[in-house]
Amino acid sequence: MKKFSSVFMACVMSVGLLLTGCGQTAQQPAAQQGQQEQAGTTTPETPAVDSTPVTAVGSTAIQPLAEQAAKLFMEKNPGAQIQVQGGGSGTGLSQVSGGAATVGNSDIFAEEKKGIPAAELVDHKVAVVGMVAAANPQVGVDNLTKDQLVGIFTGKITNWKEVGGADQKITLVNRPKSSGTRATFIKFALGGAEEAEGITEDSSGTVRKIIAETPGAIGYLGTSYINESVKGLKLDGVEATVENITTNTYPVWAYQHMYTKGEPTGTAKAFLEFMASDDVKKIITELGYIPGDEMKVERDAEGKITQK
Amino acid sequence: MNQVERSTVVGSQSVPQQHGKSSADRSEIHRKLLTPNKSHMFGDLSGRVITLLCAGLLIVVTLSITYFIASKGIATFAFDGVSLSEFLSSSKWDPEDEPAQFGAFSYILGSFIVTVIAALIAAPLGIGAAIFMTEIAPNFGKKVLKPVVELLVGIPSVVYGYVGLTLLVPLIRDSFNVLGFSLLAGGIVLSIMILPTVTSVATDAIETVSQDLRNASLALGATRWQTIWNVVLHSAMPGCLTAVVLGMARAFGEALAVQMVIGNTTKLPGSLLDPTSTLTSGITLNMGNTIPGTAYNNALWSMGLLLLIMSFLFIVLIRILGRKKMV
Repeated sequence: MKKFSSVFMACVMSVGLLLTGCGQTAQQPAAQQGQQEQAGTTTPETPAVDSTPVTAVGSTAIQPLAEQAAKLFMEKNPGAQIQVQGGGSGTGLSQVSGGAATVGNSDIFAEEKKGIPAAELVDHKVAVVGMVAAANPQVGVDNLTKDQLVGIFTGKITNWKEVGGADQKITLVNRPKSSGTRATFIKFALGGAEEAEGITEDSSGTVRKIIAETPGAIGYLGTSYINESVKGLKLDGVEATVENITTNTYPVWAYQHMYTKGEPTGTAKAFLEFMASDDVKKIITELGYIPGDEMKVERDAEGKITQK
Repeated sequence: MNQVERSTVVGSQSVPQQHGKSSADRSEIHRKLLTPNKSHMFGDLSGRVITLLCAGLLIVVTLSITYFIASKGIATFAFDGVSLSEFLSSSKWDPEDEPAQFGAFSYILGSFIVTVIAALIAAPLGIGAAIFMTEIAPNFGKKVLKPVVELLVGIPSVVYGYVGLTLLVPLIRDSFNVLGFSLLAGGIVLSIMILPTVTSVATDAIETVSQDLRNASLALGATRWQTIWNVVLHSAMPGCLTAVVLGMARAFGEALAVQMVIGNTTKLPGSLLDPTSTLTSGITLNMGNTIPGTAYNNALWSMGLLLLIMSFLFIVLIRILGRKKMV
């Protein structure tokens, strides 16, 4: 009897706690909205930060950048809560359009994914990443023409000696069919040609490990993943340097998008503005990405290039 | 209520003092045992309700997961116009193409082959270890082998996959002069993963074989090995088969470790040394990139439904095996 009543008491108390908790969260945003309005009248450039948690979900390619930026943002704005999660571009886009996440991270345009109401989403291009065809260092090739690259990835060229390299069988390392990285590479490096089947891995780290360890392997990686274990190949003699990418001389690059449903407000707005600040630009460059405003060209969802 | 409680209190005080001395007390105890005790009844009732809730929750969760996966998985065929026979028998998988193609046969075949390889390797090893542990060296088995096998259970599948990727794939590449990512690599990694399941279930099965059977066999003049082989293993056969099927069920559903070593090529394998995909690796690689509600995403759910149906079949098989008695 006693036990039961104590259990009952515990239940009552926990419900009570829950209720007070709810009351607090319900009150806080109202109070902060007042603050926000005040702040809005004095300094319109910096939106007020409140404690409403902001979740940024999606592309694992932006995740390290978003995590570091969120950490710095929370240091500078005590009380702000930004949670960064992976899950893939599709997850990010569907969660932000469904309202489950505040920010949806994606490495492709929302327009490129079927089933996403792209018109409802507002695009924030936070960075640009170049993609490089990367090969095992022993293939003896450091430049490929576009035709050769297409030949290799469509399975027509099967030995490195056909493109002037070592007598070694070519092994393709692909991304899954649904991957944004794969979509970008097919569109801008292969001119839309469909890849032949090969080893398929989703994570850039695993792809690099496989290319480095498998003789004759070729795949593609973000420029930030190129190190001494794999060889980044030039395309038509053009290297994937920052200058070449910003002028679109090297055409294989993609925006890293952060989507919000409608115009962002509150913390989300402040965070997205922070993503374009000099502090984050430093992180962007350190991680091997290119800050969006350094681009001298602009590309839309259809892939059309305009000079800025 | 008050009366009963009071009398209970009186009774409990009086019993220790005059224990077994008078028949009056004995009838008091008798009365207490026969009168319903409200607080005990309440305890009984609440216990029953709580356990019923637990059991009910379990059933509701299982049914709703089944319903959810089934409704998502069937949508591929009901709404997206994919034919079931194409899904099960075609090996053309190109969901982003126009028109999209959803032939999951290479995934299905890949899943089955790695499972069979894993069972073929793990069954003799696991049952052999179980015989050693129970019949040949029970002391050493209990003190050393059993903890070691249990340790294998605790290793996360991503670690198995990483070890496979780092050691097994290069080993296969160098010894056969192939890519390394292969059905064989997947099967070997899985066989190590299911070894503890097979071993421990087989050990239990062999332990339940009656000692009388062993004694009778030895008394007839059979050697120790003849006894083990013809009598013990024979009577433990359904249990050992259950062990293997349980292991296969686990192997069939394993995703991460296989994904890291199988290569994930959506193509029918020409040999055991060729890369291919499994249902689970197909789901994990594409899940995050597809949009819920699209045909591509639904097709992944259909693959999940197929996995669920397979695990039901494995369970049915285990039930049938469990009913069989060899002695």
